[in-house]
Amino acid sequence: MSTVSEPVSLSAPRGADAGLTPKQLADKYGLSVSGARPGLLAYTKQLWARRHFIWAFATARLVAQYTDAKLGQLWQVVTPLLNCGVFYLVFGVILENKDGFPPHTYIAWLCIGVFIFQFTQNAVQSGTRAISDNLGLIRALHFPRASLPIAFTVIQLQQLLISTVVLVVTVLAAGITPGKTWLLIIPALLLQTLFNTGVSLIFARIGAKTSDISQLIPFVMRAWMFLSGVMFSIQDRVHKWPHYIQVICNINPASVYMDLLRHAFAPIIYNKHQPAHQSLPPHQWTYGIAWAVGMFVIGYVFFWKAEEEYGRG
Amino acid sequence: MADTDLSKRDAVPATSVAREPTVVVDDVHIVYRVHGAGSGKGSATSALSRIISRKRAAGVREVHAVKGISFTAYKGEAVGLIGSNGSGKSTMLAAIAGLLPTEKGGIYTNGQPSLLGVNAALMNELTGERNVVLGCLAMGMSPADVRARYQDIVEFSGINDKGDFISLPMRTYSSGMGARLRFSIAAAKTHDVLLIDEALATGDQAFQQRSKKRIDELRGSAGTVFLVSHDNNSIREVCERTIWIEAGELVMDGPTEEVVGRYERGERP
Repeated sequence: MSTVSEPVSLSAPRGADAGLTPKQLADKYGLSVSGARPGLLAYTKQLWARRHFIWAFATARLVAQYTDAKLGQLWQVVTPLLNCGVFYLVFGVILENKDGFPPHTYIAWLCIGVFIFQFTQNAVQSGTRAISDNLGLIRALHFPRASLPIAFTVIQLQQLLISTVVLVVTVLAAGITPGKTWLLIIPALLLQTLFNTGVSLIFARIGAKTSDISQLIPFVMRAWMFLSGVMFSIQDRVHKWPHYIQVICNINPASVYMDLLRHAFAPIIYNKHQPAHQSLPPHQWTYGIAWAVGMFVIGYVFFWKAEEEYGRG
Repeated sequence: MADTDLSKRDAVPATSVAREPTVVVDDVHIVYRVHGAGSGKGSATSALSRIISRKRAAGVREVHAVKGISFTAYKGEAVGLIGSNGSGKSTMLAAIAGLLPTEKGGIYTNGQPSLLGVNAALMNELTGERNVVLGCLAMGMSPADVRARYQDIVEFSGINDKGDFISLPMRTYSSGMGARLRFSIAAAKTHDVLLIDEALATGDQAFQQRSKKRIDELRGSAGTVFLVSHDNNSIREVCERTIWIEAGELVMDGPTEEVVGRYERGERP
């Protein structure tokens, strides 16, 4: 090729395009900015097109988690079971927290609370690391980044569904008979999943920028757990507290979802003919829906706003 | 190399015909920000004194990886990017793919350019077959596409030549087998603008032949190909145009023979 002696720039536009600046050239041929953030609607479409990837990624992660263990996938059931056992030992047996509840129901009440709270807790924790732990993926392939926090929420949901099997056994073992309220488990879990997705998206963006946050999260989550009434009933105590704390406790999303699911699983605890029953205020469903929709919309937009920035060092 | 000559036909096009641009890189600057790189980096006391003295982000160092590069690539071109280690070639490629934000300037492309490579999406704990599906979905293929291509991918990789290895976890593969499967998955999809980062020669002799052929096929269906490599021979075989980058700046942009020749002799223009 050394015959080409006169310096012809291979970049310069030729013929009719000669003399155009790069920008003009790009505009003329309708080239778009590489990696630009698409509009909210286009983004949602892209995300929808990737739904199979999200599902496959989530399932793969879940399966890959236990491939080294001899018991394999059995751990998905054993881990929540052990969790229940420890909580029951500490709060039921040692601290004798169970007196306030209808006979034998404390264990069921506790386990539902633990699993439901962990569902949200895991969403926050995995959301924080969703971007920073997958930089390799982000720097190699093009896909809507929201796929990652959403995939991690799907993983949590899959795990929770397995835990639900354990829950059903625990609830039945506690002598609670299945009733029509069990149908409410599905909408309640859907709402919580939506809420968790929103939370996960928010923390994904924060965690992508400030990795320090992942050091702080465990403490915040622990405080939130103790304040949400996972092991003890907030309702039995809340009337003694100042008014603004009562308000906070009432709208606390973790308490709202725990209440909804506890009522769905074990309505007997909420039956007012029982001694020391818990009460489910009628506005609890409204709160649940508001939190789910509100958090999802806020989280989705908040995450999308920084879409083109994920992956920078 | 008959088809190489064919591909170089475009190297000296008529200078009067307008060509369709596919990638326009206009005065691009890319800056990496590295956290925790400053002096006295990790120690708690230095972090504390930094917070107290309100010197924000003392641990952040900026690396100016690409400094004002401009070029335009046209339809049907195969462009090689050469330069020494750390000169900014791979960064340039990632920026064209839209994976790295630019600090200044713009990169305009026809469609979404894609890097050839799915390594990051694959999981060693999973079986080969699951990884094929996962990798294809990660590249944006639909489940129907994946089903249609699956058999081709497995056959191309040659993983099953010595028994049923595709149903074993990828961590049990030899490094060559893993590389072959990864290449086979990555090469299963065609792109408008294809970006290849030193992934040409993997595996044994027979597989190298096959992958060269596959790259040629991909070239044929792609509008424009960019290739980053330290192997000057593969640049010569694939590209008719080469861009030489050094320390984040464009040194030379011209026909491959001329640029690679000068690069090899170390003659900077």
